[in-house]
Amino acid sequence: MKILVTVKRVIDYNVKARVNADNTDVDLANTKMALNPFCEIAVEEAIRLKESGTATEVVVVSIGPKACQEQIRTSLALGADRGIHIETDSMPESLNVAKLLAKVVNAEQPGLIIMGKQAIDSDNNQTGQMLAALLDIPQGTFASKVELIGDKVHVTREVDGGLQTVALNIPAIVTTDLRLNEPRYASLPNIMKAKRKPLVVQTPADLGIELKTHSKLLKVEAPAERQAGIKVNSIEELIEKLKNEAKVI
Amino acid sequence: MAILIIAEHDNNILKAATLNAITAASQMGDELHLLVAGLDCNLVAQQASKIAGIKKVLIADSEAYQYQLAENMSKLVTDLASNYCHIVSPATTTGKNFMPRVAALLDVAQISDIVKVVSENTFSRPIYAGNAIATVESLDAIKVITVRGTAFDAAKQSDLSAPIEIITAVHDAQISEFVSEEVAVSERPELTAAKVIISGGRGMGNGENFTLLESVADKLGAAVGASRAAVDAGFVPNDMQVGQTGKIVAPDLYIAVGISGAIQHLAGMKDSKIIVAINKDEDAPIFQVADYGLVADLFEVLPQLTDKL
Ligand SMILES: Cc1cc2nc3c(=O)[nH]c(=O)nc-3n(C[C@H](O)[C@H](O)[C@H](O)COP(=O)(O)OP(=O)(O)OC[C@H]3O[C@@H](n4cnc5c(N)ncnc54)[C@H](O)[C@@H]3O)c2cc1C
Ligand SMILES: Nc1ncnc2c1ncn2[C@@H]1O[C@H](COP(=O)(O)O)[C@@H](O)[C@H]1O
Repeated sequence: MKILVTVKRVIDYNVKARVNADNTDVDLANTKMALNPFCEIAVEEAIRLKESGTATEVVVVSIGPKACQEQIRTSLALGADRGIHIETDSMPESLNVAKLLAKVVNAEQPGLIIMGKQAIDSDNNQTGQMLAALLDIPQGTFASKVELIGDKVHVTREVDGGLQTVALNIPAIVTTDLRLNEPRYASLPNIMKAKRKPLVVQTPADLGIELKTHSKLLKVEAPAERQAGIKVNSIEELIEKLKNEAKVI
Repeated sequence: MAILIIAEHDNNILKAATLNAITAASQMGDELHLLVAGLDCNLVAQQASKIAGIKKVLIADSEAYQYQLAENMSKLVTDLASNYCHIVSPATTTGKNFMPRVAALLDVAQISDIVKVVSENTFSRPIYAGNAIATVESLDAIKVITVRGTAFDAAKQSDLSAPIEIITAVHDAQISEFVSEEVAVSERPELTAAKVIISGGRGMGNGENFTLLESVADKLGAAVGASRAAVDAGFVPNDMQVGQTGKIVAPDLYIAVGISGAIQHLAGMKDSKIIVAINKDEDAPIFQVADYGLVADLFEVLPQLTDKL
């Protein structure tokens, strides 16, 4: 079975995003960029399925400007077999991403598509679900466990009330949650080897997709900052403040 | 045109998050319809019909909707969508699961997790773990929107009952099925609805030590939450996680114990009215957002807190 993994280039999760001076977007110039943490987990899961003999090939795909190839190379260094880069000037909206991915899925025919549950820049949490709908296939979102049983994939999902397990026909889409696995580090020899793994570049036009505009970003503002309050010296003082000053207990 | 809100429920009780979504929807237009899709969910429809502002309740009662599987829910909602200009649901794990499918089937965008309705087609939402607030205008004919509950008050109850209309169409995609669930049972208030929350982090050391937090929670009628590190370490289950990728909370009082204050944790709780931090490291970033900070060993002060409350 072939596995397709989607990887997005995003701001490093340790870096706090800053809004630019004219409030039109966040300022990413000279910002450390990385593989979206949830996509890293997706790559790891696919590699584990390959190592256990369930998967035969792991293909990673990333959509966006040329720099996305760094994240594809990182994924190849972690153990993916080949990469596909769909080059666009800027990051397309989720529905456009899903439409481009649907074309890739149709061409590649993977048994499983593993994606992040959420990109930590847009915080959209929607692309995997959209792709599943476009392909009319099932989805196991927010996965903390993925198991192939017979001709179905069983996905345990992290939901508000606890955990839910669903059985899905194949092909299916899985979106990862943080507890699914702990990604490995790429070794130096594997980083070197990754440079020679195949990576093809395509454009939306090659795939026959015209990117549509569904929304307009009017402005981006910094949130109201919280001011640090005071330090109390004892539990007695804390209780006194909560009762008499903040009046919350 | 009317607005369709999708109710969150467990086939018996309408979940509070629905009420916040209704308030958000009421700022987009007046004709509010509420869809209750489930199995034997008549009780929910009854509750739904008594919410102020709801003009009509639609009930779709079928095994296909018992667990609100995204594959089936999305087809049902899409089927109803042509009568509506907005489709709105709470940004809970259920809403996040099926709503983007609805958007894709309608060939429109989804605007996720809104915190403000600027106008009927313009909305604000946090991005980058809440470090920026984006205001977006939707250019689509049908707007598919999920609502962050903490940003909107709960809709009130009404003395009148809205009519209940039965939807007979059954959409069973038959490509997915429910296998099992492990539902956390707790006597405490739900995290997203609690007025007081006390959360523990990696500093708690292990799962047993969470009883120290529970004793305080019992005194305050509080819910107990956790950082991702505490969940990852296996101290507590995932449904207790507060943060960018867990639950978003905004209680009157949030007490963070043994939590350092990573951006991802702050994203989930920094809109709380009052924040208290207890941490033995006086440089912990959590103190930068805390109204009251106590630099102390949690094992020393938590028992005192329980005693003195
Ligand atoms: C993509 C992504 C998403 C994430 N999403 C979330 C999320 O939604 N929610 C979330 O919480 N995290 C999230 N994280 C993890 C986050 O980055 C931090 O790792 C995590 O929040 C740290 O948890 P912590 O504060 O409990 O642990 P630590 O950072 O290890 O802090 C423990 C604190 O406990 C204090 N302490 C230790 N012992 C004691 C004692 N005896 N008394 C008092 N204080 C003590 C220490 O001084 C320290 O400050 C995410 C990470 C990633 C990569
Ligand atoms: N431009 C992109 N390229 C590749 N994958 C993407 C892209 N955008 C989103 N994805 C995938 O979809 C997931 C969810 O993203 P989002 O819906 O934006 O939160 C991400 O974790 C990725 O796996």
